[in-house]
Amino acid sequence: MRKAYFDHNAATPLHPEALKAMLPYLGEVFGNPQSLHSAGQQALAAVESARVEVARLIGAGAEEIYFTSSGSEANNFAVKGLAQAYQAKGRHIVVSAVEHQSVLNPVKSLEKLGFATTAVPVDGTGRVDPADVDKALRKDTVLVSVMTANSEVGTLEPVAEIAGICRARGVLFHTDAVAAAGSVPLDVRGLGVDALSLAGDQFYGPKGSAALFLKKGTRILPLIEGGIQENGRRAGTENVPAIVGLGKAAAIARAEMESRAARLRPLRDLLIDELPRRVDHVILTGHRTERLPHHASFCVEFIEGEGMLLLLDMQGISVSSGSACTSKALKASHVLLAMGLDHALAQGSLVFGLVDGTAREDVDHVLQAFPPVIDRLRKMSPLYTQYLKEKQS
Amino acid sequence: MIYSDKVMDHFQNPRHVGVIPDADGVGQVGNPVCGDMMTFYIKVKDDRLADVKFQTFGCGAAIAVSSMVTDMAVGKTLDEAMKITNQLVADELGGLPKNKMHCSNLGADALHAAIDNYKNRQKSGEQGASMAVDVHEHEGCACPYCEGTLEDGEAEYCRACQIELEECPSCGGITKKGAGTCIHCGAPAKK
Repeated sequence: MRKAYFDHNAATPLHPEALKAMLPYLGEVFGNPQSLHSAGQQALAAVESARVEVARLIGAGAEEIYFTSSGSEANNFAVKGLAQAYQAKGRHIVVSAVEHQSVLNPVKSLEKLGFATTAVPVDGTGRVDPADVDKALRKDTVLVSVMTANSEVGTLEPVAEIAGICRARGVLFHTDAVAAAGSVPLDVRGLGVDALSLAGDQFYGPKGSAALFLKKGTRILPLIEGGIQENGRRAGTENVPAIVGLGKAAAIARAEMESRAARLRPLRDLLIDELPRRVDHVILTGHRTERLPHHASFCVEFIEGEGMLLLLDMQGISVSSGSACTSKALKASHVLLAMGLDHALAQGSLVFGLVDGTAREDVDHVLQAFPPVIDRLRKMSPLYTQYLKEKQS
Repeated sequence: MIYSDKVMDHFQNPRHVGVIPDADGVGQVGNPVCGDMMTFYIKVKDDRLADVKFQTFGCGAAIAVSSMVTDMAVGKTLDEAMKITNQLVADELGGLPKNKMHCSNLGADALHAAIDNYKNRQKSGEQGASMAVDVHEHEGCACPYCEGTLEDGEAEYCRACQIELEECPSCGGITKKGAGTCIHCGAPAKK
């Protein structure tokens, strides 16, 4: 059976070159980068050259990159660290309604400490209107956090415009670029952001490798306190192999991002055009054009996402779903609800994330396997029976 | 795989899927907002379930639970069928993941709703499929204390009781936040 992996958002495969670069640091080069002896210095050199590569990927300076253990940590670090470092100025935070939980939950924690939050709405495609951010800003606003791209619906947010508004009002701007970094060109100077989160497992680097970009001169409260690693802002012995893998993946992404996107975009468009054509009541979620080049997401009416996921998996196809039942919290996706989709429709969410190795044959396999799977589940669905009855009468 | 072989078997090859157009009783539980909805149809002959069919909108566990309930129910007397509990269904399936236990809480309820519907029809002397369906509200989207409906996006708070709610990590049911134990399964709350 053909194995077709379409879950970019969960994890991308590790690039063989990144694996190769990491191997010595899982073996003979085991020193602690903080040690002054040569074993330590060898590890330190590897960490610092990875820092340069990650900085280059987003047009930053190496001294502005702080390695973390995950995109979630980078987001927590940015939101909690910046808000608390600048709270003398004010205690109001603005986020979008479709942020990742690793932004929304830290914000909830800050609320318990006395911060106030405004969540800016999105339109039906999941896009924030920069004017809404402008309206949400108050005298005591210290931080705005809006993601670069949404992993559930693929929509790209107007980050540069929002950053411009924040700069003009003297408010710090953080963007969670975990879903976007390494897949679309990002330049922190051109965008004008103060902080940006990225994660290696979203662009063919290893899991457990991530970073926060923090503009030079910006203050931040550490999340993890201890030693002097990462300039005293993120304590803990460096995860050298992961950092090396991240650096390599960043270098490869910088070189191959455009060609990857050029190859994946037509395959993405094939899914976007063909799935709704082959099966009725399949709706594209997210923006049609302003979206990640590897991302195609849908809501399938009358059925629930997990059944689709399991039946497609039996055909060798790995996808994800934002439906309540597949997320362990058993709640409908806050992203789809914020976009105005009703609960029942949001349950039928299906997300395809193409990866570097995705071939035309993989997409054809999906196009073939999809209609019978949907048909089978709809025959079991009381909602579909109800729909057919109403259609008849 | 998060599911047992038996759950996967019932999910892949569900027994008794469909609609009985001239059913003697129809029961429905859940709603799509909560993520699960089941409709059960029964045919009754000599006080026994001659046929049971179901349709389910929901996850793999919900489909497997529905299928297992129909399997367990067919041929049983109405009284026997009323004794099928959610726990028996889950046990028969070789167990369900903890956060999916709420699916099995629906299965037996849907069957019982269909049987209640049949009994009500007998009482009122009405017949045929035009009869009203018995809809049993599932607690998933109702406050377990006051039975009031929890509004969209407010599943964590009941306005009527003014209490914070949360999902029990053991059974998935909605219970009072900060309470020592879950109102449904009695599991101690996480600390």
